Amino acid sequence: MTEESEYFPDPDRIMSVSLGPQHPGAAHFRLRLWLDGDYVIRTEPDAGYVHRGEEKMAEYRNYIQNVPHLERPVILDSSNILFPYALGVDELMSNKVPPRGQYLRVIMSEANRIISNMYFISIQGLFLGHTTMITWGMGDRDLWIDFAERVGGARVTFAYIIPGGVRNDIPEFAIDKGLKTCDWFDKRMDEYEKIFFNNPMVHQRSDGVGVLSREDAIAFGATGTVARASGVRVDVRKDEPYSSYEDFEFKTPFLTQGDSWARTYVALLDMREAVKIIRQALKKLPPGPVRLKLGPQPRVPAGEVYSRTEAARGEMSYHIISDGSPRPYRVKIGVPSNKNLRALPHLIKNVHVADIPIIFNSLNFWPVENDR
Amino acid sequence: MKVEWMKERRLKISTTVGRVKEIGIFIRDSLGFDHISTVSGVDWIAQNQLEVIYFIGSSTPGQEDFIMALSERIPRENPVAPSMVDVWRGVEYPERETHEMFGINFQGHPNQSHLFLPEDWNDLPPLRKDYVSPGR
Repeated sequence: MTEESEYFPDPDRIMSVSLGPQHPGAAHFRLRLWLDGDYVIRTEPDAGYVHRGEEKMAEYRNYIQNVPHLERPVILDSSNILFPYALGVDELMSNKVPPRGQYLRVIMSEANRIISNMYFISIQGLFLGHTTMITWGMGDRDLWIDFAERVGGARVTFAYIIPGGVRNDIPEFAIDKGLKTCDWFDKRMDEYEKIFFNNPMVHQRSDGVGVLSREDAIAFGATGTVARASGVRVDVRKDEPYSSYEDFEFKTPFLTQGDSWARTYVALLDMREAVKIIRQALKKLPPGPVRLKLGPQPRVPAGEVYSRTEAARGEMSYHIISDGSPRPYRVKIGVPSNKNLRALPHLIKNVHVADIPIIFNSLNFWPVENDR
Repeated sequence: MKVEWMKERRLKISTTVGRVKEIGIFIRDSLGFDHISTVSGVDWIAQNQLEVIYFIGSSTPGQEDFIMALSERIPRENPVAPSMVDVWRGVEYPERETHEMFGINFQGHPNQSHLFLPEDWNDLPPLRKDYVSPGR
């Protein structure tokens, strides 16, 4: 590969091409590419095709009405986008969430992490031409969706984590279902490692492709799987334990290669920890109520809060300002896809066109979450 | 300059446009806040001011839980602020978003074209308080 400094392209040879927004992999998102033959010399992301103005919408609704629409940007990870919102509103109102509610928040958040990471790994399998991974992956992902449906009552957008606790208690049969799914999933993850992650074809296609160094990951503000694959040990659950995360035993997996393979593999390691957390939480679920009675229009004192949690893709943060009125004055959603997008033009440069889908998907990027 | 605790391990530094870059370089180099989290904007229409807040985390061991909020207030008419791209490379897209949503002009920013809004957006910046969503 040529270094940028020693590369002098002839302007007549450069062709500018759009990848997307109708491309099946990069749905709702466009990459502008400048190519020399099949060699990418510059990339510019063009987002905004699914911008819905969630932040403006939040200013027109009260704190409870905001719950169902704020989870829409990332329906794969819908509990995790509501989690920091609920934490932020709880902090403004000085709510003490009951322990059972805190544990159920953790269970749902970790189940969503698996649902989201399974989708990510399966699609990476699709892009690598690995049909087994997408079929197995999507099938097993459905078991977790079934579990989440038994807890939250819906299959994708649960609106489960709300200010003051969670919406409803977990039924007894869902606990059994969850523990069974954990056992089954542990076995399956070993099989994914054998058939996908240790597959020579997958190694050949994604080793050393799109390497993000540790320094760059920090400078760009990358987070979650992308940062942890580059050796940056960031994990809000460990750094700043919230909602009883300090009660559970788990590790923060991280790798140092920083390539596409590592970014995918770190998602599997994350799921192993998520299964551990779910199992512990289901086994020692404390008794008691699951939510506080807040009423349909809670009074939120004036104040400013910055809350954050570890979502499937990385650090999800909210900046909420209340002026004491029933509606928030300002809601800023800091989404992990947006934080990881900053590294994209740097990664898709001096690579072949055939490597674009692999690098692009390895960033675990979700256009709707990025646009909000 | 005003320094206050939002809560434990969340420090908010409110400063002026003239000194924000100097303080940014200080908290990056001397205090180790190198991991940009997000950039938020607020329209304080009653005070006729716009606020830009940089939320910066740290990758230094021992202070990963610490978030520094660096804030500056600028007048609503002709809002100009220095771009912090050469302090933290990661603020390029968040600043671009703040530019289009609040109409703040970041001086020294490499590219302030629209990121989320249509290229031909011909209205007030949408997150300003005097912009009313259609149908409201």
